[in-house]
Amino acid sequence: MASIKLENVQKAFGNVIAVDHLDLHIKDGEFFTFLGPSGCGKTTTLRMIAGFYYPTKGLVRFGEKDMTRVPPEKRNTGMVFQNYALFPHMTVFENVAFGLKVRKIPVNEVKTRVQDVLHKVRLEKYTDRQVSQLSGGQQQRVALARALVIEPQILLLDEPLSNLDAKLRDEMRSEILRLQQEYKITTIYVTHDQAEALSMSDRIAVFNFGECHQVGTPTEIYNTPTNDFVARFIGEINLLSIKVDRADEEKVHVSLLDGSEHFVVHNHPFHIALEGKKEQLALSIRPEAIKVLDNYMKGPNIFKGTIMDVEFFGSVINLNVKINKLVLQVNLLNDHRSSNFKEGTDVYVQLPEDQIRIIPMVSGDVT
Amino acid sequence: MMKNRDNRLTLLLLIPVILVLIAYVLYPSLRTFFESLQKDGSITFGNYQDFFTQASKTNLEALWNSVYISLLSVLASALIGIPLAFVFNRYDFPGRSFFSTAAIMPIVLPSLVGVMAFMFLYGETGLVPNAIKDLFGLEKVPFKIGGISGILVVHAYTMYVYFYMTVSSAIHKIDPSLEEAAYNLGASKSKVFWKVTFPLLTPAIVAASLLVFMISMASFSAPFLLAGGFRVLSLQIYFSKINGDMEIAATQSVILSIVSISFLLFMRWYQNRKDYRMASKGIGAHRSEVKNPFIKWTMVMIGMVGVIILLLPHFTILLLSLVPDGTWTWQTYPTIFNFENYRLLFEDPNILKPLKNSLLLSVIATAGNLVFGVLTSYLLVKRKFVGKSLVDILVMIPWALPATVIGMNLVFAFNEPSIFTFGNILVGTFWILPLAYFIRHIPLIVRSTNAVLEQLDDSIEEASRSLGAKWFYTFRKVILPIIMPGVLSGTLLAFVESVGEFPTSVLLYTISNRPISIEIMNQLRMANMGQAAAYGMIQIVIIAVVLFISNKFFGVKAEQSLS
Repeated sequence: MASIKLENVQKAFGNVIAVDHLDLHIKDGEFFTFLGPSGCGKTTTLRMIAGFYYPTKGLVRFGEKDMTRVPPEKRNTGMVFQNYALFPHMTVFENVAFGLKVRKIPVNEVKTRVQDVLHKVRLEKYTDRQVSQLSGGQQQRVALARALVIEPQILLLDEPLSNLDAKLRDEMRSEILRLQQEYKITTIYVTHDQAEALSMSDRIAVFNFGECHQVGTPTEIYNTPTNDFVARFIGEINLLSIKVDRADEEKVHVSLLDGSEHFVVHNHPFHIALEGKKEQLALSIRPEAIKVLDNYMKGPNIFKGTIMDVEFFGSVINLNVKINKLVLQVNLLNDHRSSNFKEGTDVYVQLPEDQIRIIPMVSGDVT
Repeated sequence: MMKNRDNRLTLLLLIPVILVLIAYVLYPSLRTFFESLQKDGSITFGNYQDFFTQASKTNLEALWNSVYISLLSVLASALIGIPLAFVFNRYDFPGRSFFSTAAIMPIVLPSLVGVMAFMFLYGETGLVPNAIKDLFGLEKVPFKIGGISGILVVHAYTMYVYFYMTVSSAIHKIDPSLEEAAYNLGASKSKVFWKVTFPLLTPAIVAASLLVFMISMASFSAPFLLAGGFRVLSLQIYFSKINGDMEIAATQSVILSIVSISFLLFMRWYQNRKDYRMASKGIGAHRSEVKNPFIKWTMVMIGMVGVIILLLPHFTILLLSLVPDGTWTWQTYPTIFNFENYRLLFEDPNILKPLKNSLLLSVIATAGNLVFGVLTSYLLVKRKFVGKSLVDILVMIPWALPATVIGMNLVFAFNEPSIFTFGNILVGTFWILPLAYFIRHIPLIVRSTNAVLEQLDDSIEEASRSLGAKWFYTFRKVILPIIMPGVLSGTLLAFVESVGEFPTSVLLYTISNRPISIEIMNQLRMANMGQAAAYGMIQIVIIAVVLFISNKFFGVKAEQSLS
């Protein structure tokens, strides 16, 4: 068990910089997720921790120990690969025992430890099967068992659920969490699936184009994204390009770029995220934070609009509401009232001051 | 750049590979080229000038004949192989799978033995022409093969298999829905064939054509036994060497190599130019059952006749091997059959010697091939290093060079002491033949190992290392066991080819290490057909058994372990 520190890490492949300016501190026993679209550098970072790549610049530490140049076989990390990488010529037992045999553990102990871990992943009945005879979910458990049995300092999981179907994925998600808590092992989990990241992690690092955009707990990432990339990558969001008209101690007044539609936002770090001065800004609000009013009310951020279309998902209803030139997405829980909304109905919508967040735009224009 | 440890390992593995390639592939080739520039003690292009301007035009004629006969071989092989591939892959009729297996039987016939069988079957005193003569009471034999027709018939028989196999696999890969789409759009049967099916098959046909062309350019056994006065370049090299005209032999070798290599380059260029990989997946073979009983039974009949023709050479060798030498002299047909030849083979140590030699030489060469091939292939597929394409080219050179040229290269390189042989002269020793077989089969093993290694995901090796295993442990316990079935099937093929190898053997053998094929040649010269055929039969049996084993055990297993 160990904490992991990445200090100003850069990785270049020829001229292509895959990861740059990366500083991360992953705490002992933490379930830490690298989240991002494909090609964002998350797997590259994981492989630097595993030792398959060495950083072009910077340091990798486990605890206080410098591991930057240590070969993978000396790192004592347990890795679960996306395709599981089970040894096809070995049985389940032989696969799991492999790491122990390499460590020259006595035969008896190998046996008990393998049986123990296979019991924990609920595969004790499959000990002598060839791995090709197992289902995808079972192969996944073998891969987990093989990584855990060596009692690694760190468990590395590279998109482990991406080859499973939806139902198995849910099952394995809780399985992995259960094992992680049982072993209390520092775990790094790489995924592009935001639902997995939000539901499993202690903390998440969001990557794009080789840079880490934000590190935080799932609620921090969802509620207070640092920029439009993070906001858009996790969950759904309405983004409006805006300029600041004026600001005082309590409130910030903003409007659309052409000066129409005024909004008022609380002046508090929770609601305003500014990186530099020159950035294009956006007003962001989650679709479920927008209120639909029955009658006109006086107050800030209330607009009259028309329902353009209604999508019914059962528990949730999605509305697209047109307000002059703007279209806002609104998510409502299904209750008696909301299931009456029809295309073409006029409604009043409120963007509550305490739900709006002003963020800088780093990835181009919003639509 | 940063992975110093891994780079050191790559370098360590690379050094022996590069040394072997330079010493035994590159250096001998350069040696031949250098030799061809020597004339009267100075360095000139004089030999080349002579080649093309010589008054008797012997060499030009041989070059032209080689090209001419190769073109005809391509045509004849295509005309047999392509329709056969169509019939077996598109129609279902009784006995289809038996016929399609029989269709690849020519490959279990070592070249020299095959030619010998054809001589006895269709030659001047051949069984078939004489049987027809007697049957119809003719004055003379109605036909006989020899010279160009003989070479051509043997080539067609052995080389149509390349067309048959490549076109079969191409037909198998065509998505039936492509043709169905064309029918659906209103195309007629012939239109679909010429506008959809045939264009999709052209890459396979072109590849097979170039392959057959190269193989017949290099063909040695058929001209050796059948050419008569007909000159081809591969044979001229041998004659020049026998006559001691080494500079001329070198020049002829270089010219033959240039023709072969330019075809190889053309083939590579063509294959890279067009990519007809199917966009769709999950293709099922669709064979239409032949319903019309007349056509159906005609096809079965033709199939039977075809199988008889295909197996006649094997049968002839078997038959001849049962005829004791000296009992079939003036008679049209042999009259006495027994196991005398086999008895002699296993009782007379002198007669058994070549068989032992062949096995020993082939085992040594193939063991070398196995170690070298796996190492080279691992480097080429799994490791990064500068100059990889150069290593790749060096590995492929022995494939592009005709066997005769490889033999000559070794003669030129190792008939004098060199650092690559630790100051020894190899020509005239036991070791020259295993070396020749080794070089000949480098490409085969590297390619077949490449194929399995490419299937092996890099994460397997990484998984092992992250579990704490060092590289060598990983290589032994993980990589080798996984790729072994595929590697072994390639290795067995190399072994089989070594056992049948004739062209390099005839250039390099010594009396004490003469292999079977040389002894067959000697026995034929002494008119001991029975003994020659018995040797041939032994070769056929070895080849058949090894191919059976590799197909039954390794072929199947290799697929399983990679699925």
